[in-house]
Amino acid sequence: MWIEKQGNIIDFTLSSLLRRKRKNLALISVYMLVIFFFASVMFFTHAIKKEASIILKEAPEMVVQKMAGGRHELIPLGYIEQIKEIRGAHSVKGRLWGYYYDPVAGANFTLMVPGEGEVEQGGIAVGKGVSRVRFLDEEDEMEFMASDGEVFGLKVKQIFSPESELVSSDLILISEEDFRKLFGMVKGVATDIVLSVRNPKELSTIALKIAERLPDTRIILREEMLRTYEMVFNWRGGMMLVVLSGTLLAFIIFSWDRASGLSAEERREIGILKAIGWETSDVILMKFWEGTVISVSSFFVGVFLAYLHVFFLSSPLFEPALKGWAILYPKFKLIPFIDFYQIATLFFFTVVPYTGATIIPSWRAATIDPDSVMRT
Amino acid sequence: MLFHPAVLSLYLFSILISLMVLYAAFYGVQILMRWNLQSGSELQLSLEKKTYLISTLLTYLFSFQLISLFSFTHTVEHLHPLFVGAMCAAGTLYVNAYGYPALLLKLFNFLLAGLWLILNYTDNRGYDYPLIKKKYLLLLLLAPFLWIETILQMSFFLDLKPDVITSCCGTLFSTDPSSVASEIASLPSLPMKWIFYLVLFSTVGLGLFFYRREKGGYLFAVMSGLSLLVSMASLISFISLYFYELPTHHCPFCLLKKEYGYAGYPLYIALLGGAITGMGVGVLMPFRKIVSLKEILPSIQKRAALISAILYLIFLIVATYPVLFSTFRLEGY
Repeated sequence: MWIEKQGNIIDFTLSSLLRRKRKNLALISVYMLVIFFFASVMFFTHAIKKEASIILKEAPEMVVQKMAGGRHELIPLGYIEQIKEIRGAHSVKGRLWGYYYDPVAGANFTLMVPGEGEVEQGGIAVGKGVSRVRFLDEEDEMEFMASDGEVFGLKVKQIFSPESELVSSDLILISEEDFRKLFGMVKGVATDIVLSVRNPKELSTIALKIAERLPDTRIILREEMLRTYEMVFNWRGGMMLVVLSGTLLAFIIFSWDRASGLSAEERREIGILKAIGWETSDVILMKFWEGTVISVSSFFVGVFLAYLHVFFLSSPLFEPALKGWAILYPKFKLIPFIDFYQIATLFFFTVVPYTGATIIPSWRAATIDPDSVMRT
Repeated sequence: MLFHPAVLSLYLFSILISLMVLYAAFYGVQILMRWNLQSGSELQLSLEKKTYLISTLLTYLFSFQLISLFSFTHTVEHLHPLFVGAMCAAGTLYVNAYGYPALLLKLFNFLLAGLWLILNYTDNRGYDYPLIKKKYLLLLLLAPFLWIETILQMSFFLDLKPDVITSCCGTLFSTDPSSVASEIASLPSLPMKWIFYLVLFSTVGLGLFFYRREKGGYLFAVMSGLSLLVSMASLISFISLYFYELPTHHCPFCLLKKEYGYAGYPLYIALLGGAITGMGVGVLMPFRKIVSLKEILPSIQKRAALISAILYLIFLIVATYPVLFSTFRLEGY
């Protein structure tokens, strides 16, 4: 019986919505657009956060950097032995990496020395982005200018597969000898030291011990990197949402105004309904279903469009604001990450304010006196 | 300050709820002062119309409050990786002093709003607005609590300082992780089990007894309230342990996670629903003598008691299932 009543009211609501097609379509399209903007921002930040966390899973658990005057400096390889003495720390290694500005492409490349034997002296392996801007194929030669001004060429042995582009776009793998020659770096130092820890519970104890033995270093844990990325993207996404909240406010005012400005025809309709025995609460119920139909249809269309925008078109509208920028930015499609929580948050952001804005106008409509409307 | 979208949406929620209750309370005061059913004045007519609006507002508010309750716990859970030492929602709530008060107040307000709706439902069934003054007194009581909740929740989120890398120093271990307690103190499991089953079964029994005989309404209402408290304590003390199959993890929030089959949702919804309808029976008890309610009140109360008993039974079944059927034994040693 209760369900039947709701069913009948929904029936009536749908037909009355369809009778005023043009007016309702205008509302739905504005509503949809608002949801589209919000959903795009949220999908994008969430997906990129996931992407970052997947990449960082492979990162070393702990990085030790030497500091001098508050700045990052090259670390002596002698530190490795001292760290190795700490129980629980293992695979302690020095890393060599840096940035090389390429005047031809006008871009910064990331240079890294991989494990021994992966790249031989005189050869390099480059990412897709590097090969794109420098028009490189395998077996081509790429010129570098060393820190002393000497120009020398290195042969491209390998180009990374496009799948790894997000991490490897601007990457060049180079042998240790060439790296030291290029940057004029003496033997016996590295850029930083990485290590892993057998028992993750000991991470902070070991970090503390390193900090005690080597007071001129700073220690960065992988967890902290993850946390920082999370915060940065939360912040960026949140900023975008705050910017967009103006849109939301405009939309709320619009829907409030639309819901309170009933046309003479609508007023007469409600008057007649009440005259034939509908109660105030029934009319409020009808208005509730009207709002639900409009919200749900706009919500689904808006979310669907945002999905296309972010995951198929790589969100051309928001990318620069959310991702940061670089000359050599990787081209990649985000892997779709959507969970119920995101959809729910989005729902709270859009549908709840709309509902809130229409409660009072729909009550006002429902308490119209039948005789006063029908007399006019 | 966190700029997480979910946190922003919670701000939006609580501001909306607070404004709604403020608006309703404003007319509540007018109704309390000026309500006179005998009068046919314009004011009285407009107040009668306003009661529809306030019922609608409060119905929305109640559902928003439920959503925001779950959304809050979920968000807090979601944020835990940002804080050193926080393993789940329980840890995040401990990060500052506002977390648990905000959550408890949310629960309390949800119960209060639920009781208001029961009063409202009953009032609408009587032809002469028999409970109108009581109803609006309760509303005036609810309003400040909702405002305090909003303020507490905002303070909680604004006061969260995530542990991120700063430019001067990457290390965090200088802050003692033990300062963030991530475990909740719990009561011993064996006596708790006895109390839990004793209280819950007697509540269900009393509910069914009231349904059949219409006697013992006050006792049933008190027991429903007690059941809520005992169940909360038992969830922390032993029920959650069976779900996690871990003798040390007492968190009542992880039950809401996917890993445990979202078992928390049926548990909490049944528990809160059972408590609201059960206590509603008691709230309605004093009005059984009012003329316009004489006919309908007993049937409303009986229905509420039945619903409450069924919900508590569902809670019992869901909570007992892992105790009986998981391989985990809590007192096995």
